[in-house]
Amino acid sequence: MSAQPSESAAAKAEEPRVSERGEKLHLFLRNSQGMFGLVLVLLFFASAIFAPLLAPYDPNQLDIPARMSGPTLDHWAGTDQLGRDTFSRVLYGGRVALKIAAIGVSVSLFLGLLLGMLAGYGPRWLDNFLLLFFDTIRAFPTIVMALAVVALTGPSLELVLIIVIVTSIPGYARLARTSTLALKNTEFIVAERSLGASMGRILWRHVMPNVVGPLLILAAMDVPVVVTVEAGLSFLGLGVLPPTSSWGTVLNEGYLIIRDTPWPVIAGGIPLVLTTLGFTFLGEALRDVFDPRLRKGR
Amino acid sequence: MWIYAIKRIGLSVVIVLLATLALFALLHMIPGDPVSIALGPRATPEIQARYIEKMHLDEPVVMQFFIFIGNVFQGDLGADVFSDRPVALTISEQLPFTLVLVVTALGWAALIGIPLGCFSAVRPNSLLDRITGVFSVGTIAVPSFLVSIWAILVFAVMLRWLPVIGAGESGDIVDQIWHLILPAFAVGLGWVGYFARMVRASMLEVMGENYIRAARAFGLRRRTIVYRYALKIAILPTITLIGIGFGTLLSGAVFAEIIFSRPGIGKLIYDMVLNRNFPVVQGAVMVTVALYVVITLLSDLVVAWIDPRVRTTL
Repeated sequence: MSAQPSESAAAKAEEPRVSERGEKLHLFLRNSQGMFGLVLVLLFFASAIFAPLLAPYDPNQLDIPARMSGPTLDHWAGTDQLGRDTFSRVLYGGRVALKIAAIGVSVSLFLGLLLGMLAGYGPRWLDNFLLLFFDTIRAFPTIVMALAVVALTGPSLELVLIIVIVTSIPGYARLARTSTLALKNTEFIVAERSLGASMGRILWRHVMPNVVGPLLILAAMDVPVVVTVEAGLSFLGLGVLPPTSSWGTVLNEGYLIIRDTPWPVIAGGIPLVLTTLGFTFLGEALRDVFDPRLRKGR
Repeated sequence: MWIYAIKRIGLSVVIVLLATLALFALLHMIPGDPVSIALGPRATPEIQARYIEKMHLDEPVVMQFFIFIGNVFQGDLGADVFSDRPVALTISEQLPFTLVLVVTALGWAALIGIPLGCFSAVRPNSLLDRITGVFSVGTIAVPSFLVSIWAILVFAVMLRWLPVIGAGESGDIVDQIWHLILPAFAVGLGWVGYFARMVRASMLEVMGENYIRAARAFGLRRRTIVYRYALKIAILPTITLIGIGFGTLLSGAVFAEIIFSRPGIGKLIYDMVLNRNFPVVQGAVMVTVALYVVITLLSDLVVAWIDPRVRTTL
């Protein structure tokens, strides 16, 4: 998901850059960490999308005689206290993670881009106001904000999404703002303005394509953060609620029986680590290939 | 420097006020009658009336906010709904546990991570550098709450070496340290990787600078160059990182406190949300936010103090 949009953004450039694109693709293919990351990321997508086909059991099917078993041929990752197959539950949990990541990252990317461009291009007071707004959001540690909001709404998947979106927006917005500020007085923007183009047109047609690239890389790196927030909140019982299986609920239920069987907390945690590794490697490789300057900034 | 500091402090105060306002508005949007939530359905009208008057619930929400802010400046964060205990007192009891945890976690991570980053930068692509690289990515990839769970699994359930519940007997320092080891390990582990990567990257950059080459040409010992001259500049991005990352650090501490049933501000907020004891939630969240803003402020001021170029950016 993260590789394609950045390529299509590059594809919007003129014809002579084809060779440059080819070179970048080559650079990326030679980056072994990046390829490893890409494999893990594809694995994450495939296992989540095809979970119903891959899972040997229904995630909620009980098998009381085999409860709290370790890994066996029947249950590859063991079972929990109700005899549910942990492997199947983890596979289905990936669907929750994917849903949160896809919606959370794309919505916060879009809103962050919009607000960031407005802050960078708009009047000074709007810039100051938005910066203050972002700083205020940032002042809340994610989990603390989640706890405060849970008091209001009660735990749910929607709550997790809202938290994820609100806490991610400032990161995207600041990045978009900085790039927009740099573009604001370049010749082609000034020319466009003198021709009487509206602010909306300038931002959408001219600023956005130049600003969005680094944001897409940030989005790739943001996926594990989002997935971790979901798992963490669900683990505390503040996110997705049982019996829906998510990596967080598998960990939550596994933690209750940690003294009887270690397998659920092991199996519930591994996909979280693999997803983080995959997206981090992929994001770093994309950054090195497409925008080496960013490396210094982070 | 002073102008920068004053501007920066002013901005911080505004942010804390805005955050408090947001929190205040949020907690007042909670559906249901705050009086019956606080006192339960069986409270007599007299008790209800007294509560309304005490909490200023008959005033408009904006007025309530200003009354609250006014009280905050007098050190009054409100009172516990159930026990009528001052919230400020409860928080002042819980906060030290969180601070000890956070400082210990950050401390051991810095002690290991910063030298690791230096070693790697001095000999790039050596075996040690590669091992450090893999180790850093590995520690960053495991979220701190997962480290807590797995640490409990390994050290408490399987090996039975360390205790996992509480903060130890009060007054018994050894016992308290014993209880601090696992949570501090869990909160700090990812930071070892952050420190190592950050210091390595900025160190590599600094080592290419002219003044380092000059020092080398003068024949200074490598260790002197690295630790006396290069590290002083290379550490700057790391200080900023601590400032920015303090929120993540606090989040990690909140998880660790809940998972290890350890007293502290995070556990307090969690318990009080479950009990619907909102004055305590409000006060504790506000203190957490203020703490975060102050730490960010301090890290910015330290960086501005060491590196005068930063001062012109605000």
